[in-house]
Amino acid sequence: MVVKEAIKQKSNLKQPVLNMQGISKTFSSVTVLNNVKIELFPGEVHALMGENGAGKSTFMKILAGIHQPDQNGGEIYYKGQPVLWKDPIDARNKGISVIHQELNLSPNLTISENILMGTKFPRNRFGMVKWDEVHERAQKVLDSMGSKLNPRQLVSTLSVAQQQMVEIARALSFKAEVLIMDEPTASLTDKEITKLFEIIHDLKKQGVAIVYISHRMEEIFEISNRFTVLRDGEWIASGPIEETDPDHLVKLMVGRDLKDLFNRTKVSNTSSQKNDIPVLELKNVSDKKLVKNVSFKVYPGEIVGLAGLVGAGRTELVRTIFGASELTSGEIYVDGHSVNINSPIDAIANGIAHVPESRKEQGLFLSMSVKENILMAELKSHSKSGVVNWKDVNATADRYIKDLSIKIATPEQPVSNLSGGNQQKTVIARWLSISPKVLLLDEPTRGVDIGAKTEIHKIVSKLADEGLAVLMISSELPEVLGISDRILVMSEGRLTGELSSEEATQEKIMYLATRGE
Amino acid sequence: MKANAQTANQTPSLNVGKILHGLWNRLGMIMILLLLCVVLSFTAPNFLDTANLLNVLKQVSIIAILAAGMTIVILTGGIDLSVGSTVALSGVISVMVSSAGVNPFIAMLSGAAVGYAVGLINGFFTAKTKLPAFIVTLGSFTYVRGLAYVISGGYPIVLANEIFKFIGGGSILGIPTPIYIMLLVYVVMFFVLKYTMFGRHIYAIGGNEEAARLTGIKVERSLINVYSISGLLAGLGGVVLAGRLYSGQPTAGQMYELDAIAAVILGGTSLVGGRGKIQGTIIGVLIMGVISNGLTLMDVNYYWQLVVKGGVIVAAVLLDRLRGDNAS
Repeated sequence: MVVKEAIKQKSNLKQPVLNMQGISKTFSSVTVLNNVKIELFPGEVHALMGENGAGKSTFMKILAGIHQPDQNGGEIYYKGQPVLWKDPIDARNKGISVIHQELNLSPNLTISENILMGTKFPRNRFGMVKWDEVHERAQKVLDSMGSKLNPRQLVSTLSVAQQQMVEIARALSFKAEVLIMDEPTASLTDKEITKLFEIIHDLKKQGVAIVYISHRMEEIFEISNRFTVLRDGEWIASGPIEETDPDHLVKLMVGRDLKDLFNRTKVSNTSSQKNDIPVLELKNVSDKKLVKNVSFKVYPGEIVGLAGLVGAGRTELVRTIFGASELTSGEIYVDGHSVNINSPIDAIANGIAHVPESRKEQGLFLSMSVKENILMAELKSHSKSGVVNWKDVNATADRYIKDLSIKIATPEQPVSNLSGGNQQKTVIARWLSISPKVLLLDEPTRGVDIGAKTEIHKIVSKLADEGLAVLMISSELPEVLGISDRILVMSEGRLTGELSSEEATQEKIMYLATRGE
Repeated sequence: MKANAQTANQTPSLNVGKILHGLWNRLGMIMILLLLCVVLSFTAPNFLDTANLLNVLKQVSIIAILAAGMTIVILTGGIDLSVGSTVALSGVISVMVSSAGVNPFIAMLSGAAVGYAVGLINGFFTAKTKLPAFIVTLGSFTYVRGLAYVISGGYPIVLANEIFKFIGGGSILGIPTPIYIMLLVYVVMFFVLKYTMFGRHIYAIGGNEEAARLTGIKVERSLINVYSISGLLAGLGGVVLAGRLYSGQPTAGQMYELDAIAAVILGGTSLVGGRGKIQGTIIGVLIMGVISNGLTLMDVNYYWQLVVKGGVIVAAVLLDRLRGDNAS
């Protein structure tokens, strides 16, 4: 077996296992991919890079048979033969597996069933499933990954990271020769990432070709052999990873220097500010699950960054401040007065605004117009005894659309048609309409392209200059470092440190964020 | 960017097919209604007579009143299965109150109030306990019908008051009274949905309840009001039906909830909430009414009418879906 493997690897050294050339794809007359190519060699990790909307996902969906390329839209060669996948099952049976970014698991089935889903379960002669054998098979896959999960457990009882491992196990169970990993580490802890990388190394040895999509530069440089960069649906560059560096890659992805990223002129921590009354103060705040004894102050006119790993309790903390989840102990002060916040309605009444983590699920009314999305929190001041004055609404909405330069065809346009950046600006506009004292931002630039990102940074910075107190959660350290006046770091529900903008570095933040593990 | 450029290139090439397609996209269910009317004007004798058309409107008026309430419930992503039973309970109680010699207006109000109370309870449990509306209103579908039997003893109660009868069976300027009531309900509902905060909050809650909550909308209170209004309108429907039947009947209004739901869906309102219009609902109601009336005129027996009606509901919504796919 080992000998055979070695021979196979040797003979394939120069021939790509998969070769896609000149791939083009249009969706209802929108060109998503134009003449894109990639070559995958056995036993390599190939990093596929590009901004949101660069076409990575569509490209990989074509590779996996979910979409077909256009007529005359390029060729796919698999093991030297031209192929055309009928559907994803066809591609999977031939050895192409995908680990999707979003989890595709059935929560009320066991781990075994999820791993073996889509395969024929072993059955006895009455056609009944032999469960012991099913679990045994799943156990083998899990063992090969070094996972200690019990295959009989229900998926709904697992953490997100554990579910991700199940997803990976499922992909591995198909004896893939080409494996596509779309942001597999997005919700994993460091320990789990290390484990995943070990698995990837094993797969490399077995000659599997891996396409690795990630936004985390460190990961890319740690495990990839080669890279391909896409931008706006076009192929930009490919090459060995040794011949590039993060700055160069970012340049290829955005077509401009990282130095263009917005840098706020920081508010210096003068003594006058220390004498001010903090507009928001937390004393020993805890919630039901995660947040423990958090205390801090935010002063008018400053941006406080809230850094930490995913799952550190930052979102929970902010939701507690906003009254969206329950405060179990501790006190919140606004402008020096103790306030009782039991619901978002109370928070809004106290001048607290909250831009939530996921704008589509928690922020937007997708089928409603941009103007209504902006004014939904402030309809009251635009109505008389419950009847809305649409003229008033339009005027106010127009003002915010102009102020935040939200790009739209008409204010009546449903917000679902906007780009991520413009959607996010719409949510921000809604909260500005209540004239808040405190603005809570939870990952304000997630899924937003780099141009809109800079614009949002400028908007937030300007708002702070005008006296607004901003508390911003961000998982992107450059963002936190770029616009915060002060940085708070959380780990496992506790505040583990505070850094001024002068002393903060990525290393110091990561040190505080991983404390207590 | 690319999308805009390409669609812009396509628009100038207009032709007849495109125009028809555009009309279809804009009018949808109205086209289906008109088509039905054209077909029936040839196949069903006297279909287009004014008397017959007024009769159609009178026939649909009670379902229409229920469907108006059902529309706002479904817009929030909920459902109200209790309206048919409420029609019966409201009819029984208002007739009993009237028979006790109470002022007929107060008697009628009591029927509406009973409906409001049923709705209030539905709304309270849906909003506060987070039980699915289907379960809550399935419960009231059953217990409200039960109460109607208990209170009436299982027999129809005869209505004697003339003013009360006028509400269901009278007419003004040759047009039956229930039609006026139906029109009033729809005009008010149109105004509420389009021009009031409450109306806009209904769309917001149905579109994204979590976002509505995080935006500071009083979601629970809005939901309670929505179910209460649905109940109130069912109560009103019960009063009108009692006036038409000259009696309060515990068996009245059976299956009305399903007819109302069908009308709302035919009208293009999304069952998951957040999308739909009250104008669509009245079209849906009329489609159902026109089919029943046409088939009756054509002497098709009632059992076959049910078969046809069921088919038309699925076919019409399917056609509408196809339209939606093309439009997007």
